[in-house]
Amino acid sequence: MSIKKITSQLLLKNGTIIDPFNKQIYLGDLLIKDGRIDQIGEVVVTEDIKEIDCKNKIITHGFCDLHVHFREPGREDKETLETGSLAAMSGGFTRVCVMPNTNPPLDSPESINFIVQKSESCPIHIHPIGAVTKMQKGNDLTEMGLMKKEGAVAFSDDGLPIQDSSMMRIALEYSNLVDVPIINHAEDECLRSDGLMNEGAVSTQLGLDGNLDLAESIMVHRDLELASFTDAKLHVPHVSSSKAVDHIRSAKSSNKKITAEVTPHHLYFNEEALRSFDTNLKVAPPIRTEKDRNALLEGIKDGSIDCIATDHAPHTLDDKETTFDLACFGMIGLESCFGAVNKVLVKQEGLDLIDLIKLLTVNPRKIMNFNTDLFKIGCEAEITILDPETKYIFKERDINSLSVNSPFKGETLEGKIEYTISKNMLFENR
Amino acid sequence: MLKNKHLLGLEGYPSDDIQTIIDTAYNFKKVLERPIKKVPSLQGVTIVNLFFENSTRTRISFELAQKRLSADTVNFSASSSSLKKGESFKDTAQNIEAMKIDAVVMRHPTPGAPKHLTDFIDSIIINAGDGTHEHPTQAILDMMSLHEKFGKLKGLKVAIIGDILHSRVALSNIYGLITMGAEVVLCGPTNLIPKHIEGLGVQINYDIDEVIEWADAINVLRIQRERMGRGLVPSIREYRNMFGITRSRIKSHKKEIVIMHPGPINRGVEIDGLVVDGDQTIILDQVLNGVASRMAILYLLCGGKKTDGVV
Repeated sequence: MSIKKITSQLLLKNGTIIDPFNKQIYLGDLLIKDGRIDQIGEVVVTEDIKEIDCKNKIITHGFCDLHVHFREPGREDKETLETGSLAAMSGGFTRVCVMPNTNPPLDSPESINFIVQKSESCPIHIHPIGAVTKMQKGNDLTEMGLMKKEGAVAFSDDGLPIQDSSMMRIALEYSNLVDVPIINHAEDECLRSDGLMNEGAVSTQLGLDGNLDLAESIMVHRDLELASFTDAKLHVPHVSSSKAVDHIRSAKSSNKKITAEVTPHHLYFNEEALRSFDTNLKVAPPIRTEKDRNALLEGIKDGSIDCIATDHAPHTLDDKETTFDLACFGMIGLESCFGAVNKVLVKQEGLDLIDLIKLLTVNPRKIMNFNTDLFKIGCEAEITILDPETKYIFKERDINSLSVNSPFKGETLEGKIEYTISKNMLFENR
Repeated sequence: MLKNKHLLGLEGYPSDDIQTIIDTAYNFKKVLERPIKKVPSLQGVTIVNLFFENSTRTRISFELAQKRLSADTVNFSASSSSLKKGESFKDTAQNIEAMKIDAVVMRHPTPGAPKHLTDFIDSIIINAGDGTHEHPTQAILDMMSLHEKFGKLKGLKVAIIGDILHSRVALSNIYGLITMGAEVVLCGPTNLIPKHIEGLGVQINYDIDEVIEWADAINVLRIQRERMGRGLVPSIREYRNMFGITRSRIKSHKKEIVIMHPGPINRGVEIDGLVVDGDQTIILDQVLNGVASRMAILYLLCGGKKTDGVV
């Protein structure tokens, strides 16, 4: 891994340029000057400038992840904005949205401002998501208007589902004033109970407390109903169950404001993997059955699911190297994302690479109202250079996050990020 | 002598190994009937009993089995442990192993804890119960007791009665009995029989009287009083009326089935005291067989010498 400032100009030579915004694929070069796209297509330079040979590589938009946990402030032993940025860049991400479940949570304009200020020196763009309720307690609305002015791009009590339907209604209604999405971690806490993994045949055999798929789908259904009633923007995070996909599909047919994301791990694993008792597979919502996994793949293909988000959730070794009940929920996901989703969606499911890239670039940016036409001349360079054909065993040394809680360790992934360019910095994966 | 280094559970455990354990246990049972109930089979072998959850009979049974085999044993229980001082499960295990031990017998409230232990240390691990997952030595002693009574396991009709959902005894018994060719029926309140358990090759019947008519033997599980509070069972009298092994229920069936219970018994809840003390039960044989079969398991896993272990 290395990260360097780009001195004045950088030429990306002879690559396959995939422009997911204009839906174009062509061979060509891309010249970056002073951190901006200067020329694209066939570039002729006379001066002696730094070049990267991109032969047989893809040059595309920098990825955007709507759902990461960088743990700052409060748990800087797990991740910081700085280390999270490096993890993001090694996964091809140039822009991320950080969830507010920090300590203290991002529930005030001041805490939003803290993230914005602190992120300025980071090599990627970091956007804070504000909490919906003060202290994420589900009781009192946060100052959404002031928080948006400071830079909050959405609101969520992620990790702590909003149980009170009336509170959810109020939050959605109020969010219309600031016109940004509400993201609700959809789980009925009573039904979820002490569930540690998906409830089903495997949980029965392992004796682990089950978390029923209905705990998700009932909540998703409630949120969709409330979103349509309030005409607010609802974004459903980390969809995990077939039933939730069905609800989203049917709601989307009449409500264009609804969006949804899926994680690489829900697309890659099924509950059978839990037989290893690997605590890195303990996530919320849980990894479910092969039937659910297939429904998620179907949801991506038919557009019910809009984008891929990693839910990158770093935890210390001690928080994971323990018994299943005590282990924290969550896994890191930025570094392994492309190799996992490219393997599943492109190599196994036959999706076009450009469509996968859309799920990682244009679509998430659209949800958050970020610029989506990144290859316009003059645009700030947010670029990912990747080789979709590289097969490799994902190892701990591929991880740049402060934490290493990944069940992808030891998995053969397909597709590797080689360079990421963001804020005029060049990140090289080696 | 057994195919697996550890005994973590009976899921996928080879049938000939289960039979070997039972056959060896018969030999050790003879030792327990001698005036001097001790053999030198595991002399010099150090075994730690790591109990992260309260247990009386399983811990004493293991400890006696170890002492009868002349192993050196150390007991560790969570109440007196360093865990309360904040040391992690991994550190506790690695510290104990650093003192040069050969095997660990562990009881833990969390499913999968013995599997995690195998990741942290190299010793032989014997699962003495991991939460609601497995309790393989209990199932082996239950199977030994059935084998002793009926002379076979294949084709035997065994019913397990009670709270299947929260029972490691049930799950290990199901795995073991199905592997050995027995037929298994589960009976209990609908909400205490997991939806997906039929996938394991068992039948479900909610009518206790039909089950008693069908069975050669029934294994009556303890109904934990704390389950009543969560409303999983409305009341003791309702449970007793619908699933209790009462004296009148047993008397109403002509067929003399064998009645087992893994203990501890809630007299008057899942089974009447008069039935417990009656002549159809083999509950105390199970307890003695528990020592014999644990001797067999310890010997076969930790002994390594090719004898029948009885000297």
